[in-house]
Amino acid sequence: MAGEVLVLCEQADGKLKIISNEILTKGREISATLGTELAAVIVGSGVEPLGQELSNWANRVFVIDSPQLASYSTDGYTKALGRLLTEQQPRLVLCGASSQGRDLVPRLAARVKGGLASNCSDLKVEDGRLVTTRPVYGEKTYAQVALKGEGIQFVSIRPKAVVPVEPEAPMGGEVVKMEADVAPEDIRTKVVDVLKGVEGMIELTEADIIVSGGRGTKGEEGFGCVEELAKELNAAVGASRSVVDAGWKAHSYQVGQTGKVVSPQLYIATGISGAIQHLAGMRTSKVIVAINKDSEAPIFKVADYGIVADLFKACPLLTEEIRKLKAQQ
Amino acid sequence: MNIVVCIKQVPDTAATIKLDPSGKSISEENIAYVMNPYDEWAVEEALQTKEKFGGEVVLVTMGPDRAEETLRTGLAMGADRGIHVVDPQLAGTDYFGTARVLAAAIKTIPHNIIFCGKVAVDDNAGQVGPQIAELLGIPQVTAAAEFEMAQDGNSAKAHREVESAMEVLETPLPAVITAEKDLNQPRYPSLPGIMKAKTKEVKKMTLADLGLNPAEFGAAASRFEVLGMSMPPKREGGRIIEGELPEAVKELVRLLHEEAKVI
Ligand SMILES: Cc1cc2nc3c(=O)[nH]c(=O)nc-3n(C[C@H](O)[C@H](O)[C@H](O)COP(=O)(O)OP(=O)(O)OC[C@H]3O[C@@H](n4cnc5c(N)ncnc54)[C@H](O)[C@@H]3O)c2cc1C
Ligand SMILES: Nc1ncnc2c1ncn2[C@@H]1O[C@H](COP(=O)(O)O)[C@@H](O)[C@H]1O
Repeated sequence: MAGEVLVLCEQADGKLKIISNEILTKGREISATLGTELAAVIVGSGVEPLGQELSNWANRVFVIDSPQLASYSTDGYTKALGRLLTEQQPRLVLCGASSQGRDLVPRLAARVKGGLASNCSDLKVEDGRLVTTRPVYGEKTYAQVALKGEGIQFVSIRPKAVVPVEPEAPMGGEVVKMEADVAPEDIRTKVVDVLKGVEGMIELTEADIIVSGGRGTKGEEGFGCVEELAKELNAAVGASRSVVDAGWKAHSYQVGQTGKVVSPQLYIATGISGAIQHLAGMRTSKVIVAINKDSEAPIFKVADYGIVADLFKACPLLTEEIRKLKAQQ
Repeated sequence: MNIVVCIKQVPDTAATIKLDPSGKSISEENIAYVMNPYDEWAVEEALQTKEKFGGEVVLVTMGPDRAEETLRTGLAMGADRGIHVVDPQLAGTDYFGTARVLAAAIKTIPHNIIFCGKVAVDDNAGQVGPQIAELLGIPQVTAAAEFEMAQDGNSAKAHREVESAMEVLETPLPAVITAEKDLNQPRYPSLPGIMKAKTKEVKKMTLADLGLNPAEFGAAASRFEVLGMSMPPKREGGRIIEGELPEAVKELVRLLHEEAKVI
């Protein structure tokens, strides 16, 4: 069993998160190249049905099911997964650089004395070596980093860096139920409350389309036309730091070096100048549209399509055109 | 209350990045170095916690000689003293190695809370905070967007953003807390603060002083080998759609639908 590629999957409310399918897709490619098996692990309470679902995606599925693991905790998950990894000794552990992955995996890697290449945008096998691509210095350069040294290697991959593709045929993986020896007192840091976001809000890092507004929106009220456009496109709403600093939008909306790094199919920037720290968060978007009244704004240098216009006029028109397009489809 | 803050010196986020001739690291020419932005939030939270509960704020950094400037910045903000781990053998040390060094330095002083940044914006790792926590065997809260210590100083509450929601966490102390942006409003060093910082203690420590084996650190012991660096594919500054606005918008929608196929 040692030497496999093992994917740490994520679930919420008994449903597999899309990041899991993304990482499993990468895991399938890597394990095929290395000529090893692909394993997956799912942790939670009442997650056995997910084990069955995952058996389509991997040769072996570990299910760690315990009431103590019903919600994510650093301590509980590190203990349960630390034990699995120590027993199984995979060669490579792959996971998503999601909020859970970023909290868990550095600690998990430290527990089993493995090395972690975090927040990667890609992973390949070159001459038998695992080589990651890591965006560094605020996305201004990409480092090609080979993993070396003894023990388990960990790679965390950003959300949306991989397009999830189902296996051609279900892989018929064996489902292995593992015991979780996690006691209530093992969990020191506890979630005592969850403050839900706005109902129906689409998470930025998971969105296919993002519409962002900058200081050009001039305030909470002005931001409204950006949100309407987003709603029409079924898109997530983003903001520049100026907007967040001014208190027009919460920090969770911020895109950029000190906000979220996003990589949607379509990113529409309205009233955003395109400062280097903002570009750091969205320059890997597939298609970028800029709407800005200043034709010299740097955002136009990275935008595939630009319109030099007042956003208060352009956004409603755009919303209307999209409504028309949808009506035709 | 003994509060420790780990701070890292990084290139200014506005700096233009060029590669050095090896193509494997960035050129240090014309680079201004600053405190990692997330560490500013960490220092500020430490200072505010001290203002409420009393005690001492100790800054710890690992880095070359120039990293002392960043320590002085933190001291000018109001921290009490600094520890600078500096050793030629440390060049090229990986994240876990860094965490080991910092954990060893932290063990030499009393600590009720350790603040770190969520991530260092140069290498974009986001590993060192949780790894220090693991090495010290204490709990962690990463990416804290709000922090409040309980009156008795034995526990703390923190907020942490997860996909589309905010978790409220309660943790016993000591713990490692990593700072998210907007945790607070970092203060600027005052003029008297800057003057005072010059005379505050900065203790230099080597690997030997920390009882660590130099062979386990540095580039040779790293789990990573940088094969090369590349600039991101340049985005072709695209097409400006001209014409009257209603027509331009129509054309944009057509292009997004028919050419780019993203809507
Ligand atoms: C350490 C550090 C980290 C940072 N991290 C981030 C980050 O994560 N994310 C981020 O976004 N920024 C970040 N910044 C800030 C960044 O440098 C810029 O200040 C910020 O992105 C500017 O936001 P903006 O484009 O909304 O505002 P501005 O730069 O003020 O631009 C507003 C734009 O709106 C246009 N405009 C005005 N009115 C209209 C109108 N009616 N119609 C159309 N266009 C209009 C203007 O022409 C202008 O181009 C960071 C800065 C630092 C120092
Ligand atoms: N060399 C260092 N010296 C002091 N603190 C560091 C160092 N490297 C990382 N840290 C701390 O760990 C945090 C996360 O860094 P990283 O894991 O490198 O992204 C930083 O914000 C600092 O608080």
